[in-house]
Amino acid sequence: MKTLVIAEHDNQQLKPATLNTLAAAAKLNQPIDILVAGANCGAVVSQAQAASGVTEVLVADSDYLTHQLPEDIAPIIQANIGDYTHVLAPATTTGKNLLPRVAALLDVQAISDIQNVLDANTFERPIYAGNVIATVESSDSIKVMTVRTTSFDPVAATGGSASTRTLEAGSASGLAEFVSEELAQSDRPELTAANIVISGGRGLGNGENFELLYTLADKLNGAVGASRAAVDAGFVPNDMQVGQTGKIVAPDLYIAVGISGAIQHLAGMKESKIIVAINKDEDAPIFQVADYGLVADLFDVIPELTSKL
Amino acid sequence: MKILVPIKRVVDYNVKVRPTSDGTDVDITNAKMSINPFCEIAVEEAVRLKEQGVATEVIVVSIGDAKCHEQLRAAMALGADRAIHIDAATNLEPLAIAKCLKALVDKEAPEIVLLGKQSIDGDNNQTGQMLAALWNVGQGTFASEVKIADGAAHVTREIDGGLQTLKLKLPAVITTDLRLNEPRYAKLPHIMKAKKKPLDTLTLDELGIDGATRVKLVKTAPPAQRQAGIKVADVDALIEKLKNEAKVIA
Ligand SMILES: Cc1cc2nc3c(=O)[nH]c(=O)nc-3n(C[C@H](O)[C@H](O)[C@H](O)COP(=O)(O)OP(=O)(O)OC[C@H]3O[C@@H](n4cnc5c(N)ncnc54)[C@H](O)[C@@H]3O)c2cc1C
Repeated sequence: MKTLVIAEHDNQQLKPATLNTLAAAAKLNQPIDILVAGANCGAVVSQAQAASGVTEVLVADSDYLTHQLPEDIAPIIQANIGDYTHVLAPATTTGKNLLPRVAALLDVQAISDIQNVLDANTFERPIYAGNVIATVESSDSIKVMTVRTTSFDPVAATGGSASTRTLEAGSASGLAEFVSEELAQSDRPELTAANIVISGGRGLGNGENFELLYTLADKLNGAVGASRAAVDAGFVPNDMQVGQTGKIVAPDLYIAVGISGAIQHLAGMKESKIIVAINKDEDAPIFQVADYGLVADLFDVIPELTSKL
Repeated sequence: MKILVPIKRVVDYNVKVRPTSDGTDVDITNAKMSINPFCEIAVEEAVRLKEQGVATEVIVVSIGDAKCHEQLRAAMALGADRAIHIDAATNLEPLAIAKCLKALVDKEAPEIVLLGKQSIDGDNNQTGQMLAALWNVGQGTFASEVKIADGAAHVTREIDGGLQTLKLKLPAVITTDLRLNEPRYAKLPHIMKAKKKPLDTLTLDELGIDGATRVKLVKTAPPAQRQAGIKVADVDALIEKLKNEAKVIA
């Protein structure tokens, strides 16, 4: 009875989401190992060894794993499943892409987006855009689950001293090939890890106006997010979308600017500690979840807020 | 090239679903039902590939009770050529669905299975990846752009950090994200024509699928409710609250 956590990383850095996933794993009260699969990912292996609560780091380090394609990684997990009863990964686009493939190879029904661990077989997860919390019980011998990272406080990144075990190298599946990647470059904190998030919606009107939010965010050391309408309209790139089908955030402070508050948007931010809504329509549904609402034109109050902070 | 497009009948995205009062299920009696938005995007993309001369036939399939004929007809009105209904309980799990689709793939031999990345009821985001595993083909999930060229699928994917492009050997599974396309509205003549397009029904037995539940729903509950907040008069009042009451800024 052991748990395997799949490390999320870019061959250099262990992503913080892994630490939240380790926290979910800790609730299962059984030994936890981590799989680090990648290429030249020694630095990540060291970080995984140092993470709190890890017993062993399984290492699959090979050139064909540079881009960590699920077609290549799922068979590694299947081949090394041993006596693991639980396999966990963060519910990021990477984890969501990989784990169902693993579950199907193991012939088990995966469980997506768990937000609570009740016992070894029973978990809570949101359904219907978070309007309902389902308690589900698995009868499968292996539980393959993605973890909603905002629901678990991260374990310490340091202090651990896990051993390592090198896995036998496989070979590329040849089914899929990496072509290119366009990654957003930003000096601001990562959206899902920031303490303060300022999100803009259709009310911003265009991409240039998002500068107002960037300026405010920089003053507060916050990240900037967006509604789907703002992304669809091309104001900002897709990686900024918050919501049911975008990122899930739960910062200390979430400021929704020119966002109406559709169910699908709320699904991604309503666990935030404090929500501020700035909207010129006093009946906008966003005010129903906001701790502090300001009915005003954003073009007046955002510059004022920025200058007064 | 044949494209198979699995679609799901779900509660319309505008409906706010609540748990039943006994907390054992969700209350969706009389709720408006629609084709899952991601599935509709998959149908649209397949139809566009046919219009471009890339695909020769678009087959839609839905797994559930006979009410899904409505969504299958709607998909044929958008341009799908024929439909298959796999008769089953409406709460079949993604793994069982993926097994049904694998059985269908063995019969129909499509080169692409194009489906939504998630259905907005269970929010599982699993079926496409599971089918790709069972079929042992490549997967292009969360697609915002699909190009078929040189016997391969070039898929641009929406990932947390930005965009990633993959080249998948065919056959392959592709799952759609919201920005892949904007589905058209069906025109009346097409709706009429769709009524005459073929719709076959298969059973789980015929496909040799065991639909037993592995993850049981034991309880439903509403999410933690937020306390209704207050409106502040101006920026100064907002700053005062954030500093002194909420203490989230210094
Ligand atoms: C399957 C599906 C999945 C979806 N997933 C997501 C998701 O993940 N995330 C998401 O966000 N949406 C998602 N949506 C879309 C969602 O339903 C809404 O359409 C979207 O959130 C609306 O964005 P918005 O609030 O920016 O735009 P609108 O609803 O148009 O609201 C704009 C707001 O700005 C205000 N405003 C305008 N000008 C000003 C001004 N000068 N000053 C102040 N206020 C102003 C208006 O009063 C209005 O309230 C999804 C939809 C579907 C069907």
